[in-house]
Amino acid sequence: MSVLVGFDTRLVVQGMSGSAGAFHAKQMVEYGTRVVAGVTPGKGGAKVAGLEQIPMYDTVEEAVRLAGANTTVVYVPPPAAADSILEAAAAGIRLVIAITEGIPVRDMVKVAYVLERDYPETILIGPNCPGVITPGQCKVGIMPGYIHKPGGVGVVSRSGTLTYEIVHQLTALGLGQSTAIGIGGDPVKGTDFIEALAWFAEDPGTSSIFMIGEIGGDSEERAAEFIHANVNKPVAAFIGGQTAPPGKRMGHAGAIISGGKGAAADKIAALKAAGIAVAPTPAEMGTTLAKLLA
Amino acid sequence: MKIHEYQGKQLFQKYGVPVPIGIPAMSVDEAIAAIPKVQQQAGTDVVVVKAQIHAGGRGKGGGVKVAKTRGDAEAAVRAIFGMQLVTHQTGPAGKKVQRLLVEQGLLIERELYLGMLLDRATGRTTVIASTEGGMEIEEVAAKHPEKILREAIDPATGWQSWQSRKLAKQLALTGGAVRELDKFLGALARCYDDMDCSLLEINPLVLTKDGKLFALDAKINFDDNALYRHPELEPWRDPSEEDPQELEAKKWDLSYISLEGNIGCMVNGAGLAMSTMDIIKFYGGQPANFLDVGGGATAEKVTAAFKIITSDPHVKAIFVNIFGGIMKCDTIAQGVIAAVKEVGLKVPLVVRLEGTNVELGKKLLAESKLDIVTAADMADGAQKVVRAAGGKS
Repeated sequence: MSVLVGFDTRLVVQGMSGSAGAFHAKQMVEYGTRVVAGVTPGKGGAKVAGLEQIPMYDTVEEAVRLAGANTTVVYVPPPAAADSILEAAAAGIRLVIAITEGIPVRDMVKVAYVLERDYPETILIGPNCPGVITPGQCKVGIMPGYIHKPGGVGVVSRSGTLTYEIVHQLTALGLGQSTAIGIGGDPVKGTDFIEALAWFAEDPGTSSIFMIGEIGGDSEERAAEFIHANVNKPVAAFIGGQTAPPGKRMGHAGAIISGGKGAAADKIAALKAAGIAVAPTPAEMGTTLAKLLA
Repeated sequence: MKIHEYQGKQLFQKYGVPVPIGIPAMSVDEAIAAIPKVQQQAGTDVVVVKAQIHAGGRGKGGGVKVAKTRGDAEAAVRAIFGMQLVTHQTGPAGKKVQRLLVEQGLLIERELYLGMLLDRATGRTTVIASTEGGMEIEEVAAKHPEKILREAIDPATGWQSWQSRKLAKQLALTGGAVRELDKFLGALARCYDDMDCSLLEINPLVLTKDGKLFALDAKINFDDNALYRHPELEPWRDPSEEDPQELEAKKWDLSYISLEGNIGCMVNGAGLAMSTMDIIKFYGGQPANFLDVGGGATAEKVTAAFKIITSDPHVKAIFVNIFGGIMKCDTIAQGVIAAVKEVGLKVPLVVRLEGTNVELGKKLLAESKLDIVTAADMADGAQKVVRAAGGKS
């Protein structure tokens, strides 16, 4: 069992004719993901080198109607990414995974608003995220597939490479993953920790959870409360940016301590108060969960 | 991106947000020439001389002076221009004042606070207002949370007049000031949205004795991801406000932030880069920078990144921590080798590689015969680099 993606996923790649889209589409096909279509406006009917077997369409609507796509991954550059997300939602796609980094906040405020108002069934993951993988079944995104291993740990993270770090540590310890979800580092995003934690809490294939947060906002504090009240599985966590200075944006648009809010210490305190094991360093993420399960 | 107060006020003016009459000056002479002009245009002898630096807390640091006569104003200009202004945001070294704003003095009845920013919990741009103008808003929030008023902007309708009336009531504004506030907020909300702001702060927003509202200060930050839509902002960038390494990094589209320590870091991914700083500090070291080379970096970009790190004279050791996903370890290795060949390697270099093409990357580094300390994992690398930099452990 798993959440979000699996053997049933029929994926359309938005922006497949671009260099990032083409490269990762190939990687996903190699991993075994069922990529059923590519979309780039104006490229309908064209062939993408190395992906000749996959039909290209001008619109997501065609990818849904003609190729039966039920999930999309967005590699479209920032100026057109918000438009691509809304196009997918309007075409009836229920799971939109947006990899694109650098979408203006103003655009995402509007996307989040329209999704909530008109497409409440549509799940958006990201943007600015590594994607979602159910090891051994389906990889949607940019993560290196080979470090993963099927198993029972649900991973949810605001950071890309730190997700690879935890997955690598877990696999080395013999702990496989049910699904790893990168929710992304932007201040306005689709799925937040609480939704992902709720899915893992209900998923029979997930027996424990690892959560990676970072400075900025108060999602981790709210997640801690949610876990305390609703999650009966072992949860371990790590918070990046413990030594970050206030007022400086640490790469991710959302990773900034501002107005005295969003510091790592407050998040760690909230997690510990909720009974969650917090790894003291990023090198001890895997062992922190392993100890909990021993 | 941040801009100066006087630039912010020019932008406000364009949107119809009322600001006092003022003239910016880039030299003492310009500032002194501006004094009689402001006095004449405003019809008052009282002027305010304000240091233009990006940091807050200028008043407390002595960077803002009210002058009642032309002579006093000239003295204020001479005192402030060129001073090393220290505030709680500049660090102990302070910031040299090279720009001034000479502004009309107002007869102030009340000082309020007004801010506009994204509320991440709701995903809405939100107006923050308070009767406690002139104070640090963080302090007000901590001591008197009930005095912080919030009003979210609906993305479909934009700011609405009823919201102004509601806030006016809460701020105890009456009569003509209610309509003034509505015009003020409507204009400010349009400015925020059009210009892709990430923060607008007016502290204080003043109500004058004759019942008018003015933005006495203007702090504006823009969303860096949206700057491509606003080429008109580029001339407003003040290079003297930016760190030279950060400027160079920007050219290469690298995410770099200067810090106080002596261990240079090169990492891929923002989360891993932050955590690398954390683990260095955990083992007793001090990071000299945050540097995320990003996902799809080329060897040239890696070389540029490496050169930026080595150009910081405080750096005593370097830690390269890479978990290749999109980023391939051999690309990192090639970039590092090319950089060392070009600029040499004067400090110890610790490298930890993992992920895509890791074996190829390690092989390239070994064959290069460079003096590199390899690390098995993140903790091993952090301990080795802290030791190499002369820290503890």
